[in-house]
Amino acid sequence: MSPSRDILVDGVWRNNVVFSQMLSLCPALAVTSAATQGLGMGMATMAVLIASNMLVSLLRGLITDEVRIPAFVLIIATLVTIVDLAMNAWLHELHKVLGLFIPLIVVNCLILGRAESFACKNSVALSALDGLAMGAGFTFALTLMGALREIGGSGTLFSGASTLLGPAMGALEMRVYPGAGALVMILPAGGFIVLGLMIAAKRAMDARQASPRVQEASCHSPKPVAAAS
Amino acid sequence: MSATDRPRAPATASLSARLIALLALAGGKHALVLGGFSLAATGLLAVAYGLTREPIEQSAREDLRRSLEQVIPASIHDNNPAADTVQLQLDGTPLLVYQARQAGHVTGVAFETSRKGYSGEIRLLLGIDERGKLLGVRVLKHTETPGLGDKIEVTRSDWITRFTGKSLGDPPDAQWAVKKDGGPFDQFAGATITPRAVVNGVRDGLRLFAAHRKTFLEEVSP
Repeated sequence: MSPSRDILVDGVWRNNVVFSQMLSLCPALAVTSAATQGLGMGMATMAVLIASNMLVSLLRGLITDEVRIPAFVLIIATLVTIVDLAMNAWLHELHKVLGLFIPLIVVNCLILGRAESFACKNSVALSALDGLAMGAGFTFALTLMGALREIGGSGTLFSGASTLLGPAMGALEMRVYPGAGALVMILPAGGFIVLGLMIAAKRAMDARQASPRVQEASCHSPKPVAAAS
Repeated sequence: MSATDRPRAPATASLSARLIALLALAGGKHALVLGGFSLAATGLLAVAYGLTREPIEQSAREDLRRSLEQVIPASIHDNNPAADTVQLQLDGTPLLVYQARQAGHVTGVAFETSRKGYSGEIRLLLGIDERGKLLGVRVLKHTETPGLGDKIEVTRSDWITRFTGKSLGDPPDAQWAVKKDGGPFDQFAGATITPRAVVNGVRDGLRLFAAHRKTFLEEVSP
């Protein structure tokens, strides 16, 4: 596999932020009571992640190893604050809906994690691609969780999409079944339940794919590989 | 400035040189890197703040104007209530009141009131006509559970519009409550606290208006 394809597959699925790396679980649990919000938070995070990855990669020659963490935090916080101000000024309607989530992006460990483990070692182009892939994976995870919780809890899907993403996206809004669903799905407990199920499903799929290799590896290694995957 | 310009410069220069040397000894390179980053970040933020301040204020004013339009119908005034404000002191608490006037006569007022909801403050904007009847209620800001308590927003449900036309006597004072508490106002499936807070907030606002009606309607020459 070519390196760029590898980065894409890694970010979107194989090493998915939420389902595999288990990072950024706080926003994943907090904003996914509806699919639209998961989508909005995912896209805002992706934009910041691409920009911060590129910036960190660009400045990686300047940043010394010892102070890299505070320097990254500074870069990310500055970036998010500027995005917040700019959106409030020029994309006011979108900011009213997403405004609550934007400051949360600063403390999203996904951003710092990618700066530390990828962007500070790779070229600007690859870092941008990594940001795109990881961001897309995050968006995918949040939208999927939001969709499952919304269908289970409210009986709708993508409700409010037209206010968040413009009238054109109103076509996405639908009612899956009449009446309200199981309330627990929208409440925080529903977030944990859906997240747990999703992680279990991802691991089952990974294990199924890896099973021939695991047996082979376990002949040589003292510890079974499956436990570490 | 070069050292030859001023006689005292060499002393200062050597002091700062010594300071830099000291910093370098104490791992100053990192300090300089971090200091430089902080400086650049501060500069960038200052520029971004300066560029966005005016548009942000403008959209905030626009938001306010639009909310006021929704709680005070255009037919009862010929002024701009967003600009026609009075700062009242009611029992020691300040309150900003937007007055709607028709030919100078105050025909209605709008003001903010807030009430604790399920998760934090719910800020309401109330429009009341001179006889104490509600012209409209809108939620300005809230942090209720998305998908559950956010049906108090007019963009998600018409629930909030049902307050229009109500007043302190209609329904009777004891029945200013959600259905669960014996009143006529619907609660939402799975969310009672949020609508209850809004109903109580609106009632409190009406009571405030009734208690200080004269002050609210006082014609202050602009």
